[in-house]
Amino acid sequence: MTIEGRRGTALHIDWTRCDGRGVCTELLPDTLIRDEWGYPLARHGGTTVVLEGSDAQRAADAVRLCPRMALRVK
Amino acid sequence: MTAPTYLAESLLAQDGTNDLRRHTELYGARPPADESLVDAVVRSGLLGHGGAAFPTGAKMRSITGRKAVLVANAAEGEPLSRKDHVLLDRSVHLVLDGIAATASAIRARDCYLYAPPERVDAVQAAVDAVQAAVDERRRTGWDRTKIQVIAAAPGFVSGEKSAVISAIEGGPALPRDKRTHASEAGVRGRPTLVLNVETLAHIALIERRGPQWFRSRGTASEPGTMLVTYSGAVRRPGVAEVPLGASIEEMLTNGAGVDLRSVRAVLLGGFHGTWVDRDALTGRALSQESLANIGSRPGAGIVHVLGTSSCGLLATAEFVRCLANESAGQCGPCLNGLPRLADAFSRLSIGDDADGAITEIARYTRLVDGRGACHHPDGTARLIRSAMSVFAQDVHLHRLDTCEIHRGRIR
Repeated sequence: MTIEGRRGTALHIDWTRCDGRGVCTELLPDTLIRDEWGYPLARHGGTTVVLEGSDAQRAADAVRLCPRMALRVK
Repeated sequence: MTAPTYLAESLLAQDGTNDLRRHTELYGARPPADESLVDAVVRSGLLGHGGAAFPTGAKMRSITGRKAVLVANAAEGEPLSRKDHVLLDRSVHLVLDGIAATASAIRARDCYLYAPPERVDAVQAAVDAVQAAVDERRRTGWDRTKIQVIAAAPGFVSGEKSAVISAIEGGPALPRDKRTHASEAGVRGRPTLVLNVETLAHIALIERRGPQWFRSRGTASEPGTMLVTYSGAVRRPGVAEVPLGASIEEMLTNGAGVDLRSVRAVLLGGFHGTWVDRDALTGRALSQESLANIGSRPGAGIVHVLGTSSCGLLATAEFVRCLANESAGQCGPCLNGLPRLADAFSRLSIGDDADGAITEIARYTRLVDGRGACHHPDGTARLIRSAMSVFAQDVHLHRLDTCEIHRGRIR
């Protein structure tokens, strides 16, 4: 599930676990912003979260540090 | 109510007594079950009837692991659908035959029938009857299918595949995050095939009559028949069996007993479906191929008619409110976004700050779409987008406080 015409590592969010704590949005600023309730939102829109720029290197940290263990790199 | 098909070729030929002898008279005895059924289903071109229309044969083939589990899904959480309910009422033996046939074809160790709560007693009685018949034939080593009937939890999302699997494992009937395919690791980590009960009834007939017979109805790419549920501004609401590829206008006229001049729009596919303007239905058929051109699809066969004297925005507002109430509340964007969508749509429908409501609807529709463990938010977004486009004229009139239907009542 990557956006057409673009190859990159995608981040999977387990929405049943995510509580909108915001750790991922701080670690992956090129990829994610927060919606009005605090949940992670793809900065460039779309339903697939593709890691942008240097965020790919910090993705493993985000997965490890998510307090709700809601993240996975696909 | 049923379409003009030959008695024993229809899924609904049974008279409601669910008598096993009558069932055998109508449909004939089951042939000895074997694994060639998978090939027969692949060649039949049968597509699933739970709404997603995925090729059933491919789904059966994907079950390759050991100790497979078969789940027959009759939860039917969609409020406008009655076809699975009617099927269990009228033809439970056909469903059970389909379970028995599929279970031996994929070598399922366990079989479950996930039935809506109010049907559990009736189905259990029928299962007992079939079980007695199966026991009788056990000496011949013909059929050992055991079926456990599980009561579904009420609610829109309780029939979603991962929710069904969770319920069977003894957990809450709520959708889960999909880490693996159910075909690899479903019920208790075992390969699991989840099929809608209507799909299983079709399999029971394919097992008896073969894929060629199945392909004699429907279209080349979408063969067979489909159970549909008519509701709304129709003279004959209820369930009917129609061949795929049937003309929608003929279905409305002959099936639902509707005067086409009294139709404003039709909701196809239910609360997660799409509104289609009456004019756009001209020449359209009940098939994915035909409906894709107008951004719609048959889904689970729901045909809900909005009459010319009804306001499309008011009708949609009620549906969106229901969808918001039916959120499982697990995923933040759905939990927070759907009630706001329902509020905004309600304001639009009564013309209370329509411009502000339109802005909010656009924003929250984008915000919920695709951001959940199941397709509940996406389905809600789909319904809303189709309403905003099909009822664009109403939106305009509501902005001016001059909805024709609401005249005198608005504000």
